[in-house]
Amino acid sequence: MNIFVCIKQVPDTETKITPNGDGSYIETSSIKWIMNPYDEFAVEQALLTKAANSGSTVTVVRVGGVKDTEALRTALAMGADDAILVEADDNLDSYMTAKALKGAIEKSGKTPDVIFTGKQAIDDDCLQVPQLLAQMLGMPSVTVVDGCEEAGGSYTLKREVEGGALEVYEVTAPVLIAANKGLNSPRYASLPGIMKAKRKPLAQHSLSDVGVSADDRRVKYSGFQLPPEKPAGKKFDAMDEAAQAGVVAEVVKLLREEAKVI
Amino acid sequence: MAKILVFSETSGETVKSVTFEILGKLAGHTVDVAIVGDMGANATADLAKYGAANVHNLKGANLDKYSPEGYANALKEFIGSNYDYVFAGATSLAKDLMPRLAGMFDAGMASEVTNFVMEGDNFAGTRPLFAGKVLAKVELDGPKPGFVTVRPNALGMPEAPTAGAGAANEVAANAGDIKAAIKEIVKGASEKLDLTEANVIVSGGRAMKSAENFKILEELAEVLGATVGASRAAVDSGYAPHAMQVGQTGKTVAPSLYIACGISGAIQHLAGMRTSKVIVAINTDPDAPIFTKADYGIVGDLFQIVPILKEELKKVL
Ligand SMILES: Cc1cc2nc3c(=O)[nH]c(=O)nc-3n(C[C@H](O)[C@H](O)[C@H](O)COP(=O)(O)OP(=O)(O)OC[C@H]3O[C@@H](n4cnc5c(N)ncnc54)[C@H](O)[C@@H]3O)c2cc1C
Repeated sequence: MNIFVCIKQVPDTETKITPNGDGSYIETSSIKWIMNPYDEFAVEQALLTKAANSGSTVTVVRVGGVKDTEALRTALAMGADDAILVEADDNLDSYMTAKALKGAIEKSGKTPDVIFTGKQAIDDDCLQVPQLLAQMLGMPSVTVVDGCEEAGGSYTLKREVEGGALEVYEVTAPVLIAANKGLNSPRYASLPGIMKAKRKPLAQHSLSDVGVSADDRRVKYSGFQLPPEKPAGKKFDAMDEAAQAGVVAEVVKLLREEAKVI
Repeated sequence: MAKILVFSETSGETVKSVTFEILGKLAGHTVDVAIVGDMGANATADLAKYGAANVHNLKGANLDKYSPEGYANALKEFIGSNYDYVFAGATSLAKDLMPRLAGMFDAGMASEVTNFVMEGDNFAGTRPLFAGKVLAKVELDGPKPGFVTVRPNALGMPEAPTAGAGAANEVAANAGDIKAAIKEIVKGASEKLDLTEANVIVSGGRAMKSAENFKILEELAEVLGATVGASRAAVDSGYAPHAMQVGQTGKTVAPSLYIACGISGAIQHLAGMRTSKVIVAINTDPDAPIFTKADYGIVGDLFQIVPILKEELKKVL
């Protein structure tokens, strides 16, 4: 089975984000990068699928900056077999990213039986790349998946929708599956895994190698700015039991008369 | 003028309210609405009230229930070259469907905008990125139509909607080849409005201490007509299911009122709820970061405050 996982490197969730000088993107120089949290579930599911299907390989693909290949090395250390990096700026749009992933997968010479991705990258929060990639490859996709069972290339997938309801999909490979939190518990890379990862193959392509040009940009961003600061709110001390009823009555009154939300 | 289609969902007779928010924002334009599968008879009337010129109901084999490929195939054929923009609410369904459809047209898509304007014939939106830590202007390029999803509750309901003709039109549509089909739908625990659509949310954090204790939040929510949410710490401790999680790895919500009970206000939690219009925080720690985002902060023990709050609200609601 040819298993692919697409991963992205994103700013650590704790990182302070500031717009760059001309507001065209963010300041990236001092950011700590991590593997997109949802992609960890995708990598883990790929490794579980490989373990259940002998003779399978897991190829991890990333489109992004070359300086720091940490996320790919982490995936290799977790147990992926080989990796592909398409060197690109961090601010590609979803269409360019999907097209680059498609190009990289095709260039590998392996036809995917299953592709795992995270449901969403937590930098641009677009939720587009999985569906776009599936569409470009002519594959079905199921997104926001938090349950995955596979037997003989048939998948039963659970997708969470509004109100906590689950849609249960049946699909035969090839299929693209976008992972949600809760799909599994991602493993940590072991020390031997980290040592081995250093010797695993990592192919590197440019965007033009995989057929992507500036004309492929579909989404234009400008005017990056910090959200307006909220004016300081009103704070009431109700630690003392005697004060509680009065404070609550005051807040309810404000919600009604000042904020007008109830 | 740009030709605009709004893709809408209905459940029974009820049209998702985000459709009305979008129609309200597009007042002054001629806007059609498309619905796939069964729709209630009243839905057309409601859509007309909010400005729909034509209500197209796409029907055909295998379109009675959602599948990404079936809906995308049907809509692709219907949209053809008839529209410049296709809007939808950022619901579970549309977030899954719209990118696939955009891919079919090799077109661009702006995800989950919180505001937008039509500048002449062109769409210009605002969207939060990096978990809401920055805002940016978003525009689309490339082949038409451009696709846009709008965050529910972000625009707000129009105050005085302009009525449209609301001409009902049934369209025979083709689902085409479906490889990923829904076998069954397992009903969710909650009959309440989903967090992403809720207008009022009462959330509990690690301080709730047990699943059992969430009952006091349920009771408060009952009085307010609210939906109950949770922080990741509460979810990871098993006090609440993941479907209730608000935040970076949970749901992004935009209610008019968010009441955070025993939630510290970690950056990843704020990511999911910072666009709430009014925030109330109840926390014993006067220095909890949530207080910097709260419009009304109550420094106190939630187990004491929440029941009093419930009784006080009962008096006025
Ligand atoms: C990659 C990543 C993604 C994440 N995604 C999310 C996410 O989606 N959503 C999310 O919420 N978190 C997320 N987190 C976790 C986040 O960092 C915090 O750990 C979490 O939000 C803390 O939850 P909490 O505020 O309920 O718990 P705590 O931080 O433990 O806060 C509990 C609060 O309750 C107060 N308290 C205690 N007793 C009482 C009482 N009796 N009455 C009133 N107040 C009381 C305390 O003063 C404290 O402020 C994520 C973290 C990472 C690294």
